Amino acid sequence: MTMLNVGRPTRPSEVAPAQEGPPPGRGLLQDEPLIFEVGGWGKTGVDFETAADEPLDAGDLAGLTRAAAPDLPGLSEPETLRHYVRLSQRNHAIDLALYPLGSCTMKHNPRLDEKLARLPGFLDLHPLQPQSTVQGALAVMDALAHWLKTLTGLPAVALSPKAGAQGELCGLLAIRAALEARGDGRRTVLVPTSAHGTNPATAAQAGYAVREIGQTADGHVDLADLAAQLGPDVAAVMVTNPNTCGLFERDVIEIARLAHEAGAFFYCDGANFNAIVGRVRPVDLGVDAMHINLHKTFSTPHGGGGPGSGPVVLSAALAPYAPTPWLVHDGDGLRLEEQAAGEAVASLGRLCAFHGQMGMYVRALAYMMSHGADGLRQVAEDAVLNANYIKARLSGVMSAAYPDGPCMHEALIDDSWLEGTGVSTLDFAKAMIDAGFHPMTMYFPLVVHGAMLIEPTETEPRHEIDRFCDTLLELAAAAKAGDVERFKGAPFHAPVRRLDETLAARRPRLRWTRAEA
Amino acid sequence: MRYLPLTPADRADMLAVVGADTIDDLFVDVPAAARLAGPVDLPHHASELAVERALGRLAARNRPAGAGPFFCGAGAYRHHVPASVDHLIQRSEFLTSYTPYQPEIAQGTLQVLFEFQTQVAALTDLPVANASMYDGSTACGEAVLMASRVTRRGKAVLSGGLHPHYGETAHTLAHSAGVETRRLPAAVDGEAAVIEAIDADTACVVVQTPNVFGTVTDVSAIAEAAHAAGALLIVVTTEAVAYGLLKSPGEMGADIAVAEGQSIGNGLNFGGPYVGLFACTEKLLRQAPGRLCGETVDAEGRRGFVLTLSTREQHIRRDKATSNICTNSGLCALAFSIHMSMLGGAGLETLARINHARAVRARDALAAIPGVEVLTPRFFNEFAVRLRKPAAAVVEALAARDVLAGVPFSRLDPGAGLDDVLLVCATETTTAEDIDALARALSAEIAA
Amino acid sequence: MKFTKDHEWVDLVGDVATIGITAYAAEQLGDVVFVELPEAGKSVHAGEPLAVVESVKAASDVFAPVSGEVAAANGELSDTPQTVNDQPEGEGWFVKIKVADPKEVDALMDRAAYEAFLATL
Repeated sequence: MTMLNVGRPTRPSEVAPAQEGPPPGRGLLQDEPLIFEVGGWGKTGVDFETAADEPLDAGDLAGLTRAAAPDLPGLSEPETLRHYVRLSQRNHAIDLALYPLGSCTMKHNPRLDEKLARLPGFLDLHPLQPQSTVQGALAVMDALAHWLKTLTGLPAVALSPKAGAQGELCGLLAIRAALEARGDGRRTVLVPTSAHGTNPATAAQAGYAVREIGQTADGHVDLADLAAQLGPDVAAVMVTNPNTCGLFERDVIEIARLAHEAGAFFYCDGANFNAIVGRVRPVDLGVDAMHINLHKTFSTPHGGGGPGSGPVVLSAALAPYAPTPWLVHDGDGLRLEEQAAGEAVASLGRLCAFHGQMGMYVRALAYMMSHGADGLRQVAEDAVLNANYIKARLSGVMSAAYPDGPCMHEALIDDSWLEGTGVSTLDFAKAMIDAGFHPMTMYFPLVVHGAMLIEPTETEPRHEIDRFCDTLLELAAAAKAGDVERFKGAPFHAPVRRLDETLAARRPRLRWTRAEA
Repeated sequence: MRYLPLTPADRADMLAVVGADTIDDLFVDVPAAARLAGPVDLPHHASELAVERALGRLAARNRPAGAGPFFCGAGAYRHHVPASVDHLIQRSEFLTSYTPYQPEIAQGTLQVLFEFQTQVAALTDLPVANASMYDGSTACGEAVLMASRVTRRGKAVLSGGLHPHYGETAHTLAHSAGVETRRLPAAVDGEAAVIEAIDADTACVVVQTPNVFGTVTDVSAIAEAAHAAGALLIVVTTEAVAYGLLKSPGEMGADIAVAEGQSIGNGLNFGGPYVGLFACTEKLLRQAPGRLCGETVDAEGRRGFVLTLSTREQHIRRDKATSNICTNSGLCALAFSIHMSMLGGAGLETLARINHARAVRARDALAAIPGVEVLTPRFFNEFAVRLRKPAAAVVEALAARDVLAGVPFSRLDPGAGLDDVLLVCATETTTAEDIDALARALSAEIAA
Repeated sequence: MKFTKDHEWVDLVGDVATIGITAYAAEQLGDVVFVELPEAGKSVHAGEPLAVVESVKAASDVFAPVSGEVAAANGELSDTPQTVNDQPEGEGWFVKIKVADPKEVDALMDRAAYEAFLATL
């Protein structure tokens, strides 16, 4: 069997007893049952407007209607507010404190962006209204495209991908279409071992076999291995830059050159664009296609897991294959070409209904305009400075995975400094919760043992970063001093203690049912 | 720059701690040829007032749906969303939180997802629902891929009533993975035609009810035919409010139900972000795409929730994952769930009945116009009419009179030869006055 | 009982080989939560994926150590996957294969050789 044992423990098997202190659900933190346990069956919290003579029997649909209303309870408005506000209090949020998840770019979400996305002229627009009635919306898309093209230097952009992973798919399908157009049936995509899981998953979904490229001891793509693996069957090289170790691929231009020399395309995963926005244009690195996570670099809110938005910038060679719809300048106005016809005749087709994540376009554009070209450059600089500052402050106590040279926007720590303490990366992360901080990304990238990947972003003030570093150093001292109890059962002060993921997977319970209630 | 807290003094101090002379020292790994000396050629930073003014101007160049008579549907629907919904989704702890990878401090999001999954399961009458997908169309594409994995067969048959954008999306996703899609010719009332197209290599048939022409179909017989041939039935719904009134996919024998959930809790947003609903039978659980939230206990035995069965997913399974999907549509799923919690099953049914009644009223008004022929035999809240003139031109002409009359079918599928077909939708937001205005404007335009 | 470098074990009785994963593998995986097994009658080739074993943190392919036809799969594991952890080299077996060429089994490691191999990891 293939042995994959780099992950994390998943069961609270070595749990210390609960510490003294108020248990969760006390004080002002209220316990909150499921809506199915408090809601009224047959009740509704919405008042409807009906005309007196309006027939609601739907008699013409006899035989097609459901036997009974959906089996779901309703809540009045006060109950609704209570339920969701109480639940919200069980979440960490960027508005509460640093959210140092590496590779996730959890930065401040400006409220201006929220306000603008809710203007009726954007929020209350139907995607299939006559185009003459949505010229302002098309102008937003056009402006966003202009900013993205200028910041990356690439000549075209496909806006519609719904998230980063769909952007990757868009890029690879454009590459596949371009290769097929020249009668080239290459079947392989090369991906570094340190890549995010979406890269190989996307390549497979795009119909490619995936081969891994090795990594050097200092955290970079192994050029010799890349050169050896490139060949007439390689369609694309997919590299994240800055990479998942938080390092800039200093040989990136050579990576692109080798790929191109072998007849392959160079796809760049732009998840970490925040580190270089305004300071480096991907076109100058030889990139043919790159997706940009608007929810990372351009600060559209993560919303507890989405929605994202993943526009893809494309080289001139790939642009003809961009997915529909296309935004076309037409005389004085703008027009959407929604079919693979006209200008878009070679398009790879549609990736989703309609035109992508318009609500995110408005937010991202407002964010870009607020910062401007100068401010975006400052974003990259401050993000990188904050990460290097954290790395410098923690080094010596915790072990930087790549101590030599600067990192980019995230600092990567390995678990060698925990050796012999009896404390694991997971334990350390969970103890951070008790100390008031959200843990960093753990056990990723897979190439670094017990990885802790810290991304502060540029929107953290120095005093918060210092408080974060002070806390980590204090915890590290406790771990080294043998205070294992503090870590093994952590968190003690979160709304819940460690959760049994093994039980959840062995006996999946994915919905509430009366029988199990 | 209001979003950047570091002061010049902070930066100087921090550089000193790092041991760098200038910020450029931290970018030494960037090849010299690729270092930009200064800002790119874009405007410099702007005040909140300036940005608001600029984008406000662009917003003002659009005609909001609610600004006058409005009858567009075809996959996106204008409904009233209670004020509480938008207030709650803007709570910092929901809006600015990440995917719940640290369950101890994300129980809010996780419990919402568990409740959301329960709601979707109840609406579709299928036992397994995931924590949402990007939208209905991508959920449809993922369902086709899943059916191919389950049956190890390579073909999907798509009905002529499937929304053309869904068909195209499914084709793009399936084709790249080596799964062939066959779309039957557009048909107002022909979901059952998929039965004839099933063969030994058919992984699934994809039907839609109400379909893109609005036609409501009992697909039970299609389910039987598909199952007899070893294929799965995927039932698509683009208008989630219809679940309040119509027979559910599970009740009719669907193996997988996918839907666009925008109608509940979410605005039109010019096409996105939306929220895809995805539900399936218990047997198919291990092949389902997307995130799943499950109930478990914590170290003290108390109930809690976690993301589970993640070995199906890309971050563990990499190139063998069931899908490359990494995000869901969390905040839109939250909006859906809040609105659904307020409605309850009973409220959703009432809402659905009102929608149907308004559409019947609109149908009656349009049927009385010479030169207008109603095509849809049974509908929920939208229907197709044949006009004496090309529908696209009529829609443009009515837009000039500030009536947004609906969606010309030719915009969705120009090659179908249905240039004279207009798709008309009415919801609870449609008033009697709106319907009168549409009827008057349409009569005048058709007669002209 | 014979062993592979991929941590499968093989117990040949007559021409039927019982196959599972070793105690070492089960320990490394952590809590097993699901096992995906082939259907009886399926023909398998040595070195190709035979089953998938999932823990919460990983999904791993189990390769066929020998060629032949699947005679039986351990259906009990779908309800009690923890048996793989509890008794990996006994009740936690995965598949029985009617082997095409029993000599294939002879070529595998004996326990002493497997333990020596583990010592090198």
